[in-house]
Amino acid sequence: MHGSHATGSPYAPHTEEDRTAMLEAVGADSVEDLFDVPAEVAFDGRFDIDARSERETRRLVRSLLGRNEELTELLGRGHYGYYVPSLVDHLADRSEFLTSYTQYQPEVSQGFLQALFEYQSLLVELTGLPVANCSMYDAATALGEAATLSDRVRDTTGHRVLVPELLREERRSTLENYVAGTDLAVETYPVADGTVDLAGLEAAADEEVVMIYAENPTVRGTIEERLEAIGDLAAANDALFVLGSDPIALSLLERPVDVGADVVVGDASVLGLPTSYGMGLGLFATREEYLRQVPGRLVGASEDATDRRAYTLTLQTREQHIRRERATSNICTNQAWVALRTAMHAAVLGPGGMVDLAERDVRRARDLAARLDEIVGVKAPVHDRHHLREFVARVDQPASAVADDLEKRGFAVHVVGDHEIQVCVAGVPDERLDRFVDALEEVIR
Amino acid sequence: MSDERPDDARVRYDQARYVENGQYEPLLSEKDLTRVEIGGGDGDSDTEDGSPLPDDLTRDSLELPALSEPELARHYTRLSQMIYGIDSGPYPLGSCTMKYNPKFTEDVAALPSAAVHPDRSEDSVQGNLELLYRLQDYLGRIGGMDAVTLQPPAGAAGEFVGIRVAAAYHEHNGEGHRDEVIVPESAHGTNFATAALGGYDVVSLPSDDEGRVDLEALEAALSENTAALMLTNPNTLGLFERDITEIAELVHDAGGLLYYDGANLNALLGRARPGDMGFDVMHYNVHKTFATPHGGGGPGAGPVGVVDDLAPFLPAPRVRQRDAESTGDESRYELFEPDHTIGKVHGFHGNWLVLLKAFAYIARLGDEGLADASASAVLNANYLAERIEYDVPYGPFHHEFVASAGEQDAADVAKRMLDYGVHPPTTKWPEIVPEALMTEPTEVESKATLDRLAAAFNAVAGEDDATLADAPERTTARRIDQTSAARTPRLSWHHLEDDE
Repeated sequence: MHGSHATGSPYAPHTEEDRTAMLEAVGADSVEDLFDVPAEVAFDGRFDIDARSERETRRLVRSLLGRNEELTELLGRGHYGYYVPSLVDHLADRSEFLTSYTQYQPEVSQGFLQALFEYQSLLVELTGLPVANCSMYDAATALGEAATLSDRVRDTTGHRVLVPELLREERRSTLENYVAGTDLAVETYPVADGTVDLAGLEAAADEEVVMIYAENPTVRGTIEERLEAIGDLAAANDALFVLGSDPIALSLLERPVDVGADVVVGDASVLGLPTSYGMGLGLFATREEYLRQVPGRLVGASEDATDRRAYTLTLQTREQHIRRERATSNICTNQAWVALRTAMHAAVLGPGGMVDLAERDVRRARDLAARLDEIVGVKAPVHDRHHLREFVARVDQPASAVADDLEKRGFAVHVVGDHEIQVCVAGVPDERLDRFVDALEEVIR
Repeated sequence: MSDERPDDARVRYDQARYVENGQYEPLLSEKDLTRVEIGGGDGDSDTEDGSPLPDDLTRDSLELPALSEPELARHYTRLSQMIYGIDSGPYPLGSCTMKYNPKFTEDVAALPSAAVHPDRSEDSVQGNLELLYRLQDYLGRIGGMDAVTLQPPAGAAGEFVGIRVAAAYHEHNGEGHRDEVIVPESAHGTNFATAALGGYDVVSLPSDDEGRVDLEALEAALSENTAALMLTNPNTLGLFERDITEIAELVHDAGGLLYYDGANLNALLGRARPGDMGFDVMHYNVHKTFATPHGGGGPGAGPVGVVDDLAPFLPAPRVRQRDAESTGDESRYELFEPDHTIGKVHGFHGNWLVLLKAFAYIARLGDEGLADASASAVLNANYLAERIEYDVPYGPFHHEFVASAGEQDAADVAKRMLDYGVHPPTTKWPEIVPEALMTEPTEVESKATLDRLAAAFNAVAGEDDATLADAPERTTARRIDQTSAARTPRLSWHHLEDDE
């Protein structure tokens, strides 16, 4: 019999009879004879990892993950827990989507290519920029790729990359690694009351700047009010304006092309993925003139031999498997299946649903902030700005103690300062928000 | 044997194809486009109908398809039927390790308890941390490595971590002048691109006549400027680098580090470990070796293992057991930052759901299953090579072999194979074999499937160039015009509106 643990992998279907016949066909006495491994580096095969049945393995994982506490997460700052419709799980899990490879044989991959083409089209509509790739790993790596693109397309001696001082440390660190092989240097510009300090940015910007990065909304949930001025400033210095956002924010907020953005990056998996410990989907869109400098895979429309429209990966001469050390990026495996999920989620919502979702999270954040502000010992929001889905609140008590006490009551919030917590409404049902207000009141009291 | 040249009718393969108005399944945008106007709010006293933001902070409108759920279910079902996946049939892409993806791993990844935010407190996600810790441990044992990071979201990202770690290590030792990375000519394209992204000059290394690293060429390439040699073992021809011990000595004597590209690890599970061969740093492709699904291109995950000397440079954070003496509880886990960390290469913890599936796969297979995966993969490659009529110039190979299409165009051979209901091998690479057909059947194919796969190879081998040039004819789309796609890029449905 096959598939038993006594004989090895449950997914290798060989019968003993097959094995014998195959060995005979290749002229070997045993499988061992097929391995050309010198004795001095041979390994005895003992990892000391026990095999388990499928059921036991599922039980093991369930038991491990059972150690995670069940909390209502009012967490955001770049990763969000929106509700993902069932259609997304069921259709994206069809094994043709899940188990296919990169579409190097487009004639048998039309379905995936079309779905990715539709994903690219979604991003083109959201950003107003005509070129979107079919995925990067996440927002942080997309930002890194935007910096190296800026370095390639700007033919001056400049080497400065300006990012807001509030940029998440993790994104900053990833960006630093991406530019480590270039002569680019990452520097910060100041932020005032939660949004860009334009005077400070003006003072920081000069002709040595190759890229200015801003986020909308910012990591503290505020909506930028001076995007066009940032775009103008970048243009005046011949720098690229790179804007970080996401598909829900882009459904409502100013269109990047209208504020002079040259590149849009961010996490597109706010649609399509539930909270997944930070797994994401790097959004990347840019202007036509940078098309041949774009990192990652692009799906294009073409025709087949019957003159019907068909889709294919295109402009592959930018990529590592053709261009090797002169490629625009080293990316190969990407996040295609997540892009599929994002496109599905957007399709379920439709344009009305996407705008509604964004507008609701402006209102819900505003309403929650107002309710928290009524609690003695809490000021919310800290920034006198418009917010999308999250905001910072000041608490008189030490923020970490407040967060610990909230966790004991079943709620997770961010600690972003000695007396600052950050609260996000994305994906949290209204009745949970009610209970959160009660819990915070108890904690502060 | 009669099944070596099957008549077309018996193996004829007709992939689903939806045609409407002379075109295949329409785009969503061709089914509907609805424009939603935004605005009319003043930002303060908004009603539920108006925008909650002032107009100068919003866009004017958004135009996208608005379709019902049943319409979408049919759209995506039809699209899925126009895709060939590993559950459709054999998928012997060389260096891609397209093995069956066990279904149960999808169920464990879908557990509600797995859906947590990355900024949660360590105490509240002990389950995630313990699972990641155990996966670090598993991978360390499998690769013979001392320390592992799970953060890189793909193989190329793992390579990048390796290169950055090497750079940090040399810098730390006052050897920051090392600015060259040596890469064999037959290596994966990502190796060259990664070294370049890391700021290194790439020194290309020719193969010897037998398809392995040319030791003399290696000696010539090594210098005081060498930061690392990136090597795949078995290499892209499936050959084990027999001189690996000597290669490691040469590289180390020159002060360089030896990097292992894990793309071909499925050949060696339980038979040999990169750490024992003298490699200092390696990445694992969990979407290859550990059967997590490729998802049409990703997500994967590319954990990196290193020897002790390099552990302080790994990305932050990693997972470790909490000091039992201070906590009185050795089953608690925490995140920590290695002393000389290179920082981060992903915004959070990498592709968590993929790592979860890889953990489940390894826990399911155990020692015996992993060793058998390699054994069966190597047996399958040898058996298939024996059964096909194309010449296989280099050996002894392991989990994959590179056949030559000879006088035929390898790309055309691939297109024609599609008509026989199998996925073709990787073509035209590595270039050391003319018209290369790089073939990796993996362990999951039965003898009967391999016989049918061989029959497809052999049927195509006997066909004329005109037939090949016209192929494929039984797939959803016929041969697609690549030149036109690149010459006039149309990358969104907006471009189509402009043209049509």
